[in-house]
Amino acid sequence: MMFIDPHAHMISRTTDDYEAMAAAGVVAVIEPSFWVGQPRTHVGTYIDYLSAIIGFERFRAGQFGIRHYCTVGLNSKESNNAELAEAVMEILPRFALKEGVVAIGEIGYDEQTELEDKYFRLQLELAKELELPVMIHTPHRDKKRGTSRSMDVCEEHGMDPSKIIVDHNNEETVREVLDRGYWAAFSIYPSTKMGNERMVEILTEYGAERIMVDSACDWGISEPLGVAKTAKLALERGIPKEHVEMVCYKNALSAYGQSGQMHEDDWLNPSAIDQRTMYEGNSILRGGRDPVVQESAVKRKANELIIE
Amino acid sequence: MNRPASEVLKQWLHTRLSTDQTSWLESQLKKITQSNSDRDLHITLGMIPRKLGRNDLALNIEELSQADHLQQGLNPRHWSVDTAARIAVVCYLAELHPERFDETVTDLCRNADLAESIALYSGMPLYPHSKALDDLIGEGLRTNIRPVFEAIAHYSPYPAIHFDQNRWNHMVLKALFIDSALAPIVGLDKRANAELARILCDYANERRAAGRPVTHELWRCVGPFATGTMIDDLEQTAHSQNNIEQRAALLALNDAPAAQSKVILASYPKIAKRIANGSLTWDSIEQQETTGKVA
Repeated sequence: MMFIDPHAHMISRTTDDYEAMAAAGVVAVIEPSFWVGQPRTHVGTYIDYLSAIIGFERFRAGQFGIRHYCTVGLNSKESNNAELAEAVMEILPRFALKEGVVAIGEIGYDEQTELEDKYFRLQLELAKELELPVMIHTPHRDKKRGTSRSMDVCEEHGMDPSKIIVDHNNEETVREVLDRGYWAAFSIYPSTKMGNERMVEILTEYGAERIMVDSACDWGISEPLGVAKTAKLALERGIPKEHVEMVCYKNALSAYGQSGQMHEDDWLNPSAIDQRTMYEGNSILRGGRDPVVQESAVKRKANELIIE
Repeated sequence: MNRPASEVLKQWLHTRLSTDQTSWLESQLKKITQSNSDRDLHITLGMIPRKLGRNDLALNIEELSQADHLQQGLNPRHWSVDTAARIAVVCYLAELHPERFDETVTDLCRNADLAESIALYSGMPLYPHSKALDDLIGEGLRTNIRPVFEAIAHYSPYPAIHFDQNRWNHMVLKALFIDSALAPIVGLDKRANAELARILCDYANERRAAGRPVTHELWRCVGPFATGTMIDDLEQTAHSQNNIEQRAALLALNDAPAAQSKVILASYPKIAKRIANGSLTWDSIEQQETTGKVA
């Protein structure tokens, strides 16, 4: 089965992870721009960060046969640094039209401050202008209210819910998100956001429509095989195969494909120029190099299925 | 008077694009001309692959000779449509505002995605040369992204024309380190030098000590300057069971000035004869590499 991980901060991950993901069937990842763990204090570091995720990280993923896409945006934490936030808003339009940028994101609330609200709204307007989908980061604290509020604000700005992916859902938020017509993403993140046994329960209850699973793997203790493991567990627990394919592959493609920047052909039938340049993994044109994907799934214990 | 580069590139594009695509590009260039900010420029460069596609440009022989006429040694055989269109826009900027071109191109490189970087660097031989371009090229060569490196090093006359010996030598050495071919480097034979020959032999011995393979290509740059232990390195390589390595070593020995090299060569009479009559050359070896047929 092919998988897409529609939320993975690969810039924080090692080549072992890329190998393990490729071996487990991940064909594409979406890298949302995010808070790197340490606050950025200059717009210059933001520019270099965005350049890295549209440049080197894309190339790095391609070496493992994984297609790399990203979203660009000012995250909620750094929205609270007004000077930085203003400068980032200036440069964002430049990056939003780069190749492989599939959404504005991840944006939304952290502490639900006025500044967070201001830059969330400005970025919704930018997404509307550029006709891009939006990836919403729902807050860790006061999540239920923050999630509802995020959708309220989207609607105030006349956004189309079918172009908005609300991420980091849990049992408490999912119903409202689906009822209001948004895509509901779940981050299978050990100990904090969502475990994959719980995820399987959610799939049992809600089916597969407009639901997608991601790993949100980053610099914290997280699991880049979150999507693959959840799929395996779901199949073992009797979720229909078509549903597993929807939540671990197709829905992400449908939602982010609305950007016009993500096509199944990118990995099934890549263009000649891509095969010569940024996508070595499945290339028949490039010789002389051993396949990079090894049996790292074993090394990473892909069979240990449960993510708490 | 010669046609400006942007015109020649646009001509190539026109024959491959639909009327709508062509007029989109023309109207964007008009906007860029009239605009006071660089917003239209960024939007245009960003939208090019979406509007014009990413097919191979696949120039015909006549067009390839036009390229060579624009800048001797320029060989855009691997350019795609979006690459050519982006270069056309950048060349147009150089013609439109030469006084601020250095600033513009530096800014573009700083914000470029992968495909844009490849385009910006592939076009360098066509932009007016300056210290700013040299600095950008230096930055580009430090990349670990092979296609970006190759946009600078391969099929481009820029390095042979503008690099000093140190930069040239390190470009060749880096190509080996990132598994990039040497044959597509324009001026490879002309810019060979004694220092590079020494560096490459050291590199070959380092690889052998580690039990790693050594590409046959490097001997091409060693031959004309091979002396002393370098001849020994070539002799050892000539003993190789690997057909291509052996031929490369013998070709290099043929290029070497030392009398001893001819003695070694003579002990391989069949191959020596083919070298002498011109049926075995560096080019024929490269063809063998790509087609798998024995040269």
